Amino acid sequence: MSLKSNLHNLKEKYKGTKIAPAFNALHTFLYLPNEITHNGTHIKAADDLKRTMNTVIMAMVPCLIFGMFNAGYQHHLALGTIESAQGFLGASFWSWDNLLIGMWKVLPLVVVSYGVGLAIEFVFAIIKGHEVEEGYLVTGMLVPLIVPVDLPLWMLAVAVAFGVVIGKEVFGGTGMNILNPALTVRAFLFFAYPTWMSGDKVWVHGAVERAGTADAISGETILGSYAQNNSVIYDYWDMFWGIIPGSVGETSKFLIILGALFLIFTKIGSWRIIVSTLVGALCMGLIFNGVVDAGWISSSSKFFGLMSVPFWQHLVIGSILFGAVFMATDPVTAAQTNKGKCIYGFLIGFISIMIRVFNPAYPEGVFLAILLMNVFAPTIDHYVVQGNVKKRMNRLKVKTA
Amino acid sequence: MGIISKKDTKLIKDPLADNNPITIQVLGICSALAITAELKASLVMGIAVLFVLGIGNVVISLMRNIIPSKIRIIVQLIVVASLVIIVDQVLKAYAYELSKTLSVFVGLIITNCIIMGRFEAFALGNGPWRAFLDGIGNALGYAVILLAVGFFRELLGSGTLFGIPVLGDPIEKTGLYSTGYENNGFMLMPPMALIIVGLIIWVQRSRNTTLIED
Repeated sequence: MSLKSNLHNLKEKYKGTKIAPAFNALHTFLYLPNEITHNGTHIKAADDLKRTMNTVIMAMVPCLIFGMFNAGYQHHLALGTIESAQGFLGASFWSWDNLLIGMWKVLPLVVVSYGVGLAIEFVFAIIKGHEVEEGYLVTGMLVPLIVPVDLPLWMLAVAVAFGVVIGKEVFGGTGMNILNPALTVRAFLFFAYPTWMSGDKVWVHGAVERAGTADAISGETILGSYAQNNSVIYDYWDMFWGIIPGSVGETSKFLIILGALFLIFTKIGSWRIIVSTLVGALCMGLIFNGVVDAGWISSSSKFFGLMSVPFWQHLVIGSILFGAVFMATDPVTAAQTNKGKCIYGFLIGFISIMIRVFNPAYPEGVFLAILLMNVFAPTIDHYVVQGNVKKRMNRLKVKTA
Repeated sequence: MGIISKKDTKLIKDPLADNNPITIQVLGICSALAITAELKASLVMGIAVLFVLGIGNVVISLMRNIIPSKIRIIVQLIVVASLVIIVDQVLKAYAYELSKTLSVFVGLIITNCIIMGRFEAFALGNGPWRAFLDGIGNALGYAVILLAVGFFRELLGSGTLFGIPVLGDPIEKTGLYSTGYENNGFMLMPPMALIIVGLIIWVQRSRNTTLIED
């Protein structure tokens, strides 16, 4: 008997009992269920929730694989055992050694993220007696992409538990959450274990253990260097291709853009949010450039380093692109109305760059900006809808008068 | 209990659980968030409120028939303020370090909604003995939550309880720290206190579903 009919039998056997949702979830996740909707006509569309989630995951897989190569590459490069790869197709980048180290470091992050998150989802589904929701599939993939490669696994487990319970389950599960669960995980890690989430040691595998010894290696992120007013050793093509230190999956702007095009093409991600986020970031960058050009701050100011970055470069450094494409577009926590999406995205970009420049302690302000706008998204929607209602009421008045 | 009748026992018992000033009435949140990073500060704050609310309730109850209702808030404030000044001076004299930790929050007991709330809701309408029990009960209910929150925040945030290291030394890497465990810095921040209070409310309401209001 195949696994599918086995599962189906188990489902029938445990129907109505408390653990039924667990079997249902496994069954729906692996196979197309036999049941169809029973009453009323229904429109069949291929993109159900599961399909949506899978599309997003497919958009992220290139970033993950690249992240594995990059983790190994940065490690070997810092040790000095390999030459720096010149460009995206550099031979020293796409090597087995790099991939092995990357898999050794990154796959456990993925496994822990999915294991802990799905376990909590199952437990809550059983307690509440509803079906297990697919919502965690994307979150579980996002989490390993936005953490440093050397993060201890138990910290990740604690943070995922926190993010899923406080970020999602207390509000009623998938679809009801106010905050993006993956970003809740990152915010928790950032504030709980700041030494593992920032600084110049955590971004390259092996740097933490070697700190203070004769073999010390350093891997400062570009934002870190700018915030310290240090010079940056990477050129912009390196940043664009992503062969730089950073969180696992956010370094390659090229692959993120590919993912973004894929999401826009399949109509899963909202282009309004993505574009308006980038516009917002560019606006804030231009304002800061203007401040520098006008000579309002001196080069000794601690903001000078990041403020004088040409505005367009803000898009290739840091994770604003990753945030705009995969985080801000989360359909649950983003604004719903078209006008609202534009305002929401614009403010995310605007505030991200503001935090990035004004707070050297949080050079990566993107996640804070998105969380903040997550909270305001319903308010934005409310006023957009009210504005629309008002406009129509006026039109009605003119007509009847 | 011999001297306390059954009806009066309820005055003490209710605020400890099903009518808790923090988790049910959601009063006094401000100080609960601010000073619970250490268990010691939570305990002292609990005792201070116990003192102020216990005596204040009796004083207000004794004066309840002579206070003109138009100026009752001012009279209540004067009573609380005098009691808080006593607490503040005692702390400064005998526990100076602690009074610095609690800083402005001892003074802010004056504005703690629990105290004004009990004066208004109970002491103005009941005799001194019952008012005393009510004050004690509510202050204990407040203190219990403060201690619970303080316990988790200090244990997970600093690895200590009442300032005594219980999980080993984070710098020397002994005890639990030798396994790679680290203190959770988020626990020391006020938002985490809010989340812990929220979790306590969650647990309490799922155990007693009659508390859930729509």
